[in-house]
Amino acid sequence: MRADNPSSQAAFAKAAAYLERQPLVSNHRPLSWITQHVCQIVEERAPKWWWILTFLFGGMATLVPAMLTYLVSTGVGVWGLNVPVCWAWDITNFVFWIGIGHAGTLISAILFLTRQKWRTSINRSAEAMTIFAVICAGIFPAFHVGRVWMAWFLAPIPNANAIWQNFRSPLLWDVFAVSTYFTVSLIFWYLGLIPDLASLRDRATTRLRQMAYGLLALGWRGSNRHWTHYEKTYLILAGISTPLVLSVHSVVSFDFATSIVPGWHTTIFPPYFVAGAIFGGFAMVLTLLIPFREIYHLHDLVTDKHIDNMCKIILLTGSLVGYAYSMEFFIAWYSGNPFEIYAFTNRAFGPYWWAYWAMITCNVAAPQLFWFKYCRQNPWVVLAIVMFPNTGMWFERFVIIVTSIHRDFLPSSWGYFSPTWVDISLFIGTIGLFVFLFLLFVRFLPIINMFEVKGITPQADPHAHDAEENHAHSRQTPTHTPSQVHA
Amino acid sequence: MIQPSSSLFGLGAEFSSAAALLEAAKRIHAHGFRKWDVYSPFPIHGMDHAMGFKRSRVSLFSLLGGCTGLTVAFVLIYYTSAINYPLIVQGKPYFALEPSLPIFFELTILLTAFGTVLGLLLLTLLPRLHHPVFNWDRFQKATDDGFFLVLESTDPRFESASSRQLLEQIGGLHITEIFQDPEETPNPVRQETTA
Repeated sequence: MRADNPSSQAAFAKAAAYLERQPLVSNHRPLSWITQHVCQIVEERAPKWWWILTFLFGGMATLVPAMLTYLVSTGVGVWGLNVPVCWAWDITNFVFWIGIGHAGTLISAILFLTRQKWRTSINRSAEAMTIFAVICAGIFPAFHVGRVWMAWFLAPIPNANAIWQNFRSPLLWDVFAVSTYFTVSLIFWYLGLIPDLASLRDRATTRLRQMAYGLLALGWRGSNRHWTHYEKTYLILAGISTPLVLSVHSVVSFDFATSIVPGWHTTIFPPYFVAGAIFGGFAMVLTLLIPFREIYHLHDLVTDKHIDNMCKIILLTGSLVGYAYSMEFFIAWYSGNPFEIYAFTNRAFGPYWWAYWAMITCNVAAPQLFWFKYCRQNPWVVLAIVMFPNTGMWFERFVIIVTSIHRDFLPSSWGYFSPTWVDISLFIGTIGLFVFLFLLFVRFLPIINMFEVKGITPQADPHAHDAEENHAHSRQTPTHTPSQVHA
Repeated sequence: MIQPSSSLFGLGAEFSSAAALLEAAKRIHAHGFRKWDVYSPFPIHGMDHAMGFKRSRVSLFSLLGGCTGLTVAFVLIYYTSAINYPLIVQGKPYFALEPSLPIFFELTILLTAFGTVLGLLLLTLLPRLHHPVFNWDRFQKATDDGFFLVLESTDPRFESASSRQLLEQIGGLHITEIFQDPEETPNPVRQETTA
């Protein structure tokens, strides 16, 4: 209700201005600006910093084949694993990387189904990150099987031993879950790329580019007879990816939860793992996106509002993770089981206390800063804060895995795990591989989903004019004329 | 008067905005054309309805894929664990529903995804190396910021002169004849860009 006196009118205007939605693309950018601005990143000559970083991280990535060669040629003993700690950095790194991938699928699938339009400018890079993270993740369990040349035994292929896989084992579920996740993520990512590859093809100035992007674009021509099927396909893939992303980390958590090890045998694991995965994943999305947003001046596409939203998701999932940590302790106490109680007291106050408190600081305390608007609005502060979840989520997996098994039921089987230089180098190598792949992605593929961003601009909405006529909603500012809408 | 050529693919027109294209599509649909299409850099809300499309049948392929996936998963687990080589592991039954569910789920999802994408490719007849609309140089804007409508010459209602008039009436700009042969289509833009 509008009151007539001027002071309440001013208050009303202020409230209206506060409630008005910020546009998802700032500065009323035209469609061609979006194409030009995004394609230019791929089309211009590779900048010097790109070569430097690519060589740097590419060099780091060579640690992966080097360490794996050393591992295979020498034996699994080069890792710091030994009874009772037979799962340590390898599985920690596996869960860490696979968890990071989850934010990409969450943005591309769940936020799509819930009609969160702000996802459009970040989904491409987040999905790319998913794929690269799953590639890094896959290395660890593949080599952790010990005799990697027999890893194909995991696939249901008839073999000379005539023995089949044990389908009752969660480790085999994991093989299916992770490979399905990788394949479906790749399909989803590529599907989303097709119209944008067509944009690159149509802008190509060299024959090679035209051929390469042309072949990858599959002859896409933006026909509405195609869009109708395309949109349906996208919806279905989003629909099936949603339970898939929730299932992957649940299945990963079954690796632990279905065992009878105190500290692992808990029913809270699936939701707890999924929340943690989304938490760590969004932190990584921001870690990658904030620098590239600055370098390529993408502020109009990846606005402060996008960063603000992601910070809020980190705050929510970080708090969920904090709740899960405390609930684990409560249940351990409430169960009255001395082994369970010991596993948790040992986690917080035993020899690995430093890892536990690093985890609590990074995952529970640090994200609480996002309650403050200042911390969500300043990208460099955000970048500094998300480094905590990035680190904390690695510690979380280390804490869960190593502290639960380093003290077995009998004190004669107690031990302390320390990583070897091979463990550490391999992990550093995967970080290099991850960033290296992302740099290649930025160089050769459009980092922003152009066609989806165009689809959410005001000029893309053919009914904007009707809405103004019907006064269905008065979101437009008074200066917003129809000619601007159709600009 | 333009002579209709046997290699004429159709008549293309450009529109100024998504809203104008939607309006034009409604008019063309009302005229009863069957062989025509609109091209835009992003899917336009309401266009499917304007062109008189029914629901996309991609979902049928998804369903088929999903059913195949579930069947494959069941047969795979049941055959290998309970028929071909039954092996007692930890005293668990050879086959039970509970431990099979994760793999049922994963293979269903995997084959649904395959089915959906296969359905998309079949329904859109992609991949395709070339198409006559690419002979029109303005058409490059279809993946940037251009909105196009093409009436195809195979439509029984297509008649070069009257169709051109119709496109003009509904606000079409840069109306151009598109030929199957790239050399025949006039390309003012190409000369501009190469000059």
